[in-house]
Amino acid sequence: MRRLAALLLLLILPWTAQAEEVVLGLSQDEVAITATFDGSSILIFGAVKREAPPPTDLPLDVVIAVQGPTETVTVRKKARRFGIWINSGAVEIDVAPSFYAVATTRPLSVALSQTEDLRHRVSLDRAVRTIGAAEEAQDAPSYLAALKRLRQGEGSYLVREGAVALDQETLFRTSIRMPANLTVGNYKTRIFLTRGGQVVDSYETVIYVHKVGLERWTFSLAHEQPLVYGALSLIIAIAAGWAASAAFAALRR
Amino acid sequence: MTIYLPIAEVSVNAFLLLGLGGIVGILSGMFGVGGGFLLTPLLFFIGIPPAVAVGTQANQIVASSFSGVLAHFKRKTVDLKMGTVLLAGGMVGAAIGVKIFEILTEMGQVDLMVQLCYVLFLGVIGLLMFIESLNAIRRSRRKDYVPRKRSQKGWVHTWPLKMKFRTSGLYISAIPVVLVGAFVGVLSAVMGVGGGFIMVPAMIYLLHMPTKVVVGTSLFQIIFVAAFTTIMHATTNYTVDAVLAVLLLIGGVIGAQIGSVIAVRLKAEQLRILLAGMVLVVCAKIALDLLLTPAELYSIAERVAH
Repeated sequence: MRRLAALLLLLILPWTAQAEEVVLGLSQDEVAITATFDGSSILIFGAVKREAPPPTDLPLDVVIAVQGPTETVTVRKKARRFGIWINSGAVEIDVAPSFYAVATTRPLSVALSQTEDLRHRVSLDRAVRTIGAAEEAQDAPSYLAALKRLRQGEGSYLVREGAVALDQETLFRTSIRMPANLTVGNYKTRIFLTRGGQVVDSYETVIYVHKVGLERWTFSLAHEQPLVYGALSLIIAIAAGWAASAAFAALRR
Repeated sequence: MTIYLPIAEVSVNAFLLLGLGGIVGILSGMFGVGGGFLLTPLLFFIGIPPAVAVGTQANQIVASSFSGVLAHFKRKTVDLKMGTVLLAGGMVGAAIGVKIFEILTEMGQVDLMVQLCYVLFLGVIGLLMFIESLNAIRRSRRKDYVPRKRSQKGWVHTWPLKMKFRTSGLYISAIPVVLVGAFVGVLSAVMGVGGGFIMVPAMIYLLHMPTKVVVGTSLFQIIFVAAFTTIMHATTNYTVDAVLAVLLLIGGVIGAQIGSVIAVRLKAEQLRILLAGMVLVVCAKIALDLLLTPAELYSIAERVAH
């Protein structure tokens, strides 16, 4: 009888895990980079849908992570050689998103357990990582830390603990500021509902960042038809040089 | 008004760029140099990636040199033959320079190389010019001074492959001319400068060209070297930002005309000593950056998209 009860509980568990569900809204699901683009703020909001009254023992937490296209970057370190400062050490960071933002209701260590963080790679330390960097340099962690520090300084990496507002364990919202130097691509947006550090439900969507108009045209021409683009740049330069000379000659007359 | 630069992938204030172009244009109009040696470090400073600054700068030089050379053509102060021979060397030099730039970018030492070039060339040329113009000012104060005639026969005149350059009134070997062109071509590609500040002294002191045809001829060949550098940077490194170039050259061409008006009101020695002082200030600033402990030891290098 006890075994049967345990079996029943196991069957019920996955269902109870789905007892709370994310319903998501985004202020915009695409970011268009125009000629006057100066960064963008995206409002991420939503509600928790549930069939039964919320459990009272553990408070609900919301963790939101937005991740830009991943790249491999090389971090270099300067050292003094022959009296001048030159780049000496370098470590390749294999997985470095061009943009990463994580916002939570409470500190991340409370809102998400270590194991869940490992599984979903939510915290900045898990999102930015090296693969086998130990061989390259003894002090790879310091290079990783430097990358995170530099990118946080320029607003590309954001850690906003407590920035998600949660009303009556149902309505949540936060705003993510994306900087002007955005890389184009798909920005993976994930929302986790957690209780006691365990993920109760998650939801994933994509914010599409792309260049439009003249910006898009210029960029794709430069990369797909570099010769034509180079020639076009020269024509503009020659025309401008001639126009200036002619205009001022006319003014002097 | 901020504007997003499509290739540099940063957004900067458009008026700041116009202003920078304008200030450098004024200086270039006053002193007859391209101003690249000033503008490139300034672009680094406002956050343009160094590779894009260097590539775009070449494009901007085309515009300002073309504007300048038109005026010189009217005065018939362009030695086309000399310019063409210099150009042959310049093309080879520029191709080598872009290749060097590519290799250095991979090694992560491009910033260092560019900075060292700046310190070396700005330091040497600034000092020489400073001493020379100081002497000139001192001489002009002495009333009884009789200008010394410069020897028309330098050591390069003994080399083979002699050619006649009618406009310059020279009969010299083509080898040093090609070498000077090639050297300036390499620098132009690596440093993102037109190389006028090296070309002009080289023409006067090494090739013994008459001063009146030096600037026009230098501008004439710089157009082609810079155009070639632009194409090379555009096709190998994708680092030419047309929007950035347009903003800079609008400010630049207007500034150049204002500068040439200011230049008329100053004496030649005063102009040269001012230019020398400015060159030395830029040189000292870059040298200090290399010598002092930087505030940030780490830097993020090339981005490779997955």
